[in-house]
Amino acid sequence: MHELGVVFYVIKDVANVAVENKVSTVNSVTLEIGEVSGIVHDYLIDCWNWARKKEPCVENAELKIETIDAVTFCENCEKNYPTVAYGKICPHCGSDKTYLVTGNEFMIKEIAVPED
Amino acid sequence: MANVRIIDVHQGVFEANDLVAAEVRAINKNNGTFMLNVMASPGSGKTTLLMATLKELIKINPEIKIGVMEADIDASVDAEKIATLGGNVRSIQVHTGGECAMDAQMALEAINEFDTKDLDLLILENVGNLVCPAETDTGADCKVVLLSVPEGDDKPLKYPLMFEVANIVLITKIDTMSFFNFDREAVVKNIRMRNPNASIIFLSAKTGEGMTEWTNYLVSKLITA
Repeated sequence: MHELGVVFYVIKDVANVAVENKVSTVNSVTLEIGEVSGIVHDYLIDCWNWARKKEPCVENAELKIETIDAVTFCENCEKNYPTVAYGKICPHCGSDKTYLVTGNEFMIKEIAVPED
Repeated sequence: MANVRIIDVHQGVFEANDLVAAEVRAINKNNGTFMLNVMASPGSGKTTLLMATLKELIKINPEIKIGVMEADIDASVDAEKIATLGGNVRSIQVHTGGECAMDAQMALEAINEFDTKDLDLLILENVGNLVCPAETDTGADCKVVLLSVPEGDDKPLKYPLMFEVANIVLITKIDTMSFFNFDREAVVKNIRMRNPNASIIFLSAKTGEGMTEWTNYLVSKLITA
């Protein structure tokens, strides 16, 4: 359900980019998705394959997903660590004064269109 | 095979929404309307708390003008309940049509359609869900998250983003505390881990405990709006 709503945002944005660049067909759409953004890739692709049929310019477009690793920074010992393995507590010093540096992204990186 | 051309986009998927949210905020500010986004799981007591809160606010100031936007996938039960309150409370039912959260565009359309110019307070009761509404900025001035005692004190750990974005967390149904294994200190610690700044109020709409603290919080926000 969550992924479906998100897919409609992507389609709307891609359709706008297509209009701005005067193209009528998109071959593929590449997303950059952070590891802890809460998006399930398989669901997203299923939703995409259903929803794309409703928008002519992305009807045949393939969805590609690139994952951005989640990294957390510890303010106490000033070191980075992988978020998925250790969560909120720093594995180096045990502090909870930590914040996410990357991993929350949900971006449209690029689209591929036929060369004219 | 035809060659392809790559168009760089590098655009956050929620960026378009954020622009509309800023527009909603500007309209409300101009009208002197304070907008509240109320988020929680289904069954956490949103509607009950809302009814009790509205009664209190009307008691404090009978002239207060309040609009309630009810976002649901498809229902009008809550809007009908709110219509029974009378006073200067208007109900605005927004069906999200399958979307799991209100977004800024829906809020903007509702604001335009229902003409909210005269309102002091606009309350958005979001879709019952602890995931999607946290991700979507509606343009509200304050995000309220409800967590009811029966749901458990571990929920801030399981739905971190929701508690991270909250300005205030209301722990509801505290009259049921003795029936559940709910640890007051643990819930505060779990919220603080994600969000050191959010206000936290324990209350029960049924017994009235904590309601004054909550309405005082709201009134203080309304005065500065």
